[in-house]
Amino acid sequence: MSTSSLDLARPQTRAEPRAAARARPSPATLARLVSPLVALALWQLASGTGLLPERLLSAPSTVASTGLDLLRDGTLTDAVATSVRRAALGFLAGAAAGIGLAVVAGLSRIGEHAVDPLMQMLRALPLFGLIPLFILWFGIGETPKVALVALGVAFPLYLNTFAGIRGVDGRLAEVARVLDLSRLGLLRHIVLPGALPQALVGLRQSLGVAWLALIVAEQVNTDAGLGFMINNAREFLRTDVVVLGLAVYAALGLLTDALVRLLERRALAWRKGFLA
Amino acid sequence: MAQGFPGLTGERAAGADDRAESRAVARVRGLTRRFGERTVLDGADLTIERGEFVALLGRSGSGKSTLLRALAGLDRETGGDLAVDGTVAVAFQEPRLVPWKKVRANVALGLRTSGGGASGTSGGGPRAAADKALAEVGLAERGDAWPLTLSGGEAQRASLARALVREPGLLLLDEPFSALDALTRITMHRLVLDLWERHRPGVLLVTHDVDEALLLADRVLVLDGGRIAHETRVRLPRPRPRDHPDLSGLRATLLARLGVTPEDAPQDAPQDVPGGPRADVPGETP
Repeated sequence: MSTSSLDLARPQTRAEPRAAARARPSPATLARLVSPLVALALWQLASGTGLLPERLLSAPSTVASTGLDLLRDGTLTDAVATSVRRAALGFLAGAAAGIGLAVVAGLSRIGEHAVDPLMQMLRALPLFGLIPLFILWFGIGETPKVALVALGVAFPLYLNTFAGIRGVDGRLAEVARVLDLSRLGLLRHIVLPGALPQALVGLRQSLGVAWLALIVAEQVNTDAGLGFMINNAREFLRTDVVVLGLAVYAALGLLTDALVRLLERRALAWRKGFLA
Repeated sequence: MAQGFPGLTGERAAGADDRAESRAVARVRGLTRRFGERTVLDGADLTIERGEFVALLGRSGSGKSTLLRALAGLDRETGGDLAVDGTVAVAFQEPRLVPWKKVRANVALGLRTSGGGASGTSGGGPRAAADKALAEVGLAERGDAWPLTLSGGEAQRASLARALVREPGLLLLDEPFSALDALTRITMHRLVLDLWERHRPGVLLVTHDVDEALLLADRVLVLDGGRIAHETRVRLPRPRPRDHPDLSGLRATLLARLGVTPEDAPQDAPQDVPGGPRADVPGETP
């Protein structure tokens, strides 16, 4: 950190100020790191002095070394792979259903009347209240977990994509008509790109729900994955493994959120001139 | 009602026939349009010859845009006969560029038709045709720009390029300059005349600006009471100076037709307003 502050003090050449700014975190970013680091240090201190017993919460250093051990023996990678696979399958199924139904409902009144009341009805059901029913229907294997994620993902994407399609400027649809675009061309060039900003909002919401649904689903009748790892550790009072599992969940959530933001920046580049 | 858009196949068929009627690029007979109880168009007749520049004036709410939308195929709820020969292109009051497509892609969108008769693709792909059209409107450098970064005048020129790239037989202009500042508008008038002289589409310019109509058009129509109430032929060579003496008489006539008395008029128009249905320039020097 000391080197970077030295570098910042050095005058920058005019040719690459932007690249330099990207390479080094700004003072404001560094300032934001202070309070989390202090909290971490206090936590470590409290654990070291015995103020915070291992039984309640392991020291950050213990969590880190346990993480390395589990990484080395493959336990962590297996658990993450299993959980990510469930999340991905559920997400893909839910996204396909949510977006597909939104297109059907968004493009015609008949479609709206057919799809929207059902979706609004199902949306009112408590997602996690369905777990007992899902276990009765799908057993205790992978299917109920993937289904729960899929259901959680489908609604935010459906609602936002539907609203996005309905929000597309009707004057642009007229442009498509005077340019003799086909119905498919209208969908491809006007409707879907026009709905994209709102659909991406839905995507971020649905990814949040996806991880949440996964965590809950993995608490029930699991023999693999991060949730199993955490539950198993609880039985043996291994708070270090529990904390590690939670940290990995959080990291996965942050990772997918960052991916969506990257996607947003690329897909919505046309707005830049407008926003800047 | 019969509403034909023979643009997909009609261009060749029309060439075989040389009668005066067949030279029309648009023919409207007895066009009616009601919005609820209100009759906006009430048996309007209009013919636009091939390569003719027609301006359509009218008070706001007189139905000029409704007539244009009917010709553009955007309104199928009309009664009467309407036939358009050849490809139709429209430039709207707001440029209506698709904001998530770069300027070049917006222009190329005009070519993305299924056999729409647009021969703009000849000699290179749609990209080359789009670049050529952009160069014609003076936007050669802006092909890679996002529409939201364009100025109002630039956006309107891009919109013109998107219309022209279709090589239309009928170009419909719906008050395309009304939102521009006065200086930009003058440049745009020159550009439109220039493009019209090069491509010779039939043009219907809907406007509420009498001067604009007089400077650009072969024929100026006034829409009132749901039909064409007045027609003036302007036989002056272009470019026409705004203060040409022949234009002031016509201006007064048209303003009177639009319900503006000479005292309200911005120019010192003559007091004796000829009320005939036609007022041709040569016999009308004040």
